[in-house]
Amino acid sequence: MVAYFTEIYNGLISLLVGMGITFKEFFKPTVTVAYPYETLTMCARYRGHIELVADDEGNPKCVVCGLCEKACPSNCISLAGEKPEGGKKKVLTRYVLDFTRCSLCGSCVEACTFGAIDFSKEYNLASRRKEDFIFDLYKRLEERRP
Amino acid sequence: MRLTLLNVIVAVVIAIAFAAVNAAYLVWAERRGAARIQRRPGPNINGPFGLLQPPLDGIKLMAKQLTIPGGADRILFIIAPILAMFPAITSFVTIPFSDTIVAKNMNVGVLMIFAFASLGSMSLLIAGFSSRNKYSMMSSVRAVSQAVAYEIPMLITAITVVLITGSPDLMEIVRQQSPSILHWNIFPLLGNSHNILMPFAFLIFFVCTLAETNRAPFDLGEAESELVAGFHTEYGSMGFGLFFMGEYANIVIGSCMTTILFLGGWSCPFGLFPGVWWFILKLYLLIATFIWIRWTFPRTTIYGLLNLSWKILIPLSLANLLLTAGLIKVF
Repeated sequence: MVAYFTEIYNGLISLLVGMGITFKEFFKPTVTVAYPYETLTMCARYRGHIELVADDEGNPKCVVCGLCEKACPSNCISLAGEKPEGGKKKVLTRYVLDFTRCSLCGSCVEACTFGAIDFSKEYNLASRRKEDFIFDLYKRLEERRP
Repeated sequence: MRLTLLNVIVAVVIAIAFAAVNAAYLVWAERRGAARIQRRPGPNINGPFGLLQPPLDGIKLMAKQLTIPGGADRILFIIAPILAMFPAITSFVTIPFSDTIVAKNMNVGVLMIFAFASLGSMSLLIAGFSSRNKYSMMSSVRAVSQAVAYEIPMLITAITVVLITGSPDLMEIVRQQSPSILHWNIFPLLGNSHNILMPFAFLIFFVCTLAETNRAPFDLGEAESELVAGFHTEYGSMGFGLFFMGEYANIVIGSCMTTILFLGGWSCPFGLFPGVWWFILKLYLLIATFIWIRWTFPRTTIYGLLNLSWKILIPLSLANLLLTAGLIKVF
C-alpha cells in the first residue's frame, strides 16, 4: 500500500519537474534563423566547393602546375594555361570544376603549394540541371575582379 | 425569460461561431505555444503574429477533394466527422458563461454534457471502422477502450461534485461556489464538502479530460509513430478539418466543465466583479495548460494508459466519492 502511494507521489513530482522545464523554455528567446530573410555567417573552416584565390591585382595566383588536377581522386578539375609572348610564367586560361563528382575531400587545396585555391563559403547550390554544377572557376574569378 | 424559437436559433448560431472560432484559433495558439516551448517562433509569416494562418489553412482544406476509399462504408464514413463536431457544439448550448450568458440552462446540465461527450468517442469508432484500413481499425479499438476506462473516473468525480452541490444544474453548482475562493470545489475549507482530497479529485478530473479529448500524452488513437494518423488516416479535406476542429471544441468543453465543477465558474477569487471575464480567464488558463502538457510529455503506452485509469484513477476517485458522501452525512 505504501509502495502504491509512493509510486503515485513520485510520478506526480516527476511530471511537475517536466512541466517546470518546458515552462522555463517557453520564456527563453527563440533561436531560429528565418532562413531566406536572415542568414548566418559561415564559420571560418566551412568547406564549400573550391575557389581560385586572386593576388593583389586580381589575377589568379595559380601557376598552372597541375598538382591539383593530379591530386583529385575523382578527376573533377581540369585546367589549362598558356605562356604569353615575352612572358616567363604560364598564365591560367581555363579552370573548370565538375562539382557533380567532387566529394569536398580537400586534396586539391592540400596539394597546392601556391595557396592558389581555397574553399568557398558557397552553400546555396540547388538546381535541377546537371550543367549548373560544372563551375567555371576562372570566369567566377574574372567576375569578382574589381 | 421565455424562450422563443428565434432566441434558440441565435443562441445556437453564437455557440457554433464560438466553437468554430475557438477551434480555428486554438490551432494557432497550439502551434505558437509548441514553437515557444521548442524555442522556435511558430507560424509568423501570414498576417501579424501569423494570425491569418487558421483561415488560410481552412481555405486550403476546403479546396481539397473529399475522397472516400474503395470498400469503405460510405454513409458511416461521411457521418463520422460530423459526429465529431456535433456533440461539442451542442454542449456549448448549456454551458453557463455567466449568470446571464447561457443559451439554455438545464437542471440536468452535467448529465447532458457527459452524455454528449461520450458521443465523441463514438465518432472515432465509426471513423475507424468505416475506413477499411487496419490502422484506423486499431485506432478505433484503442479509442473505445480508452473512452471506457476514462469515463468512469471522470463521471465518479463529477458525481462527487454533484453530491456536494446537491444538484446537477451547472448554474447551481457555480452559485454555491460563488462566495469566495475557499468555497470553490477544488478547495476543501468552506462550502459543503470539507473534504481535503478535493484537489486530487480536480487532478483526476483534469487527467480524465485530457484522455477523453484524446490529447497528448493520451493521444493513442492517432499515435502517428504506430498508426499513421489513426482514425483520420483516410480523411482529407474538410472531413479531416472537422475532426481537427472537433478535438479543439472538445478541449474547450472539457476546460469549461473543469472551470464550472471545480474552479467556481464565473465567480471571482476575491469577490471582485464576478462575470464572464473570470470564466474566460479560467477557461483559457486551463486550455494553455492543455497545450503546455501536450508539448511536455511523451505519449504513454496503451498499457500505461489503461493501468493509470484502472489501478490509480478509479480506486482513488471511488475512495474520494465515499469520503465525500461520509463527510456530507456527518456535517
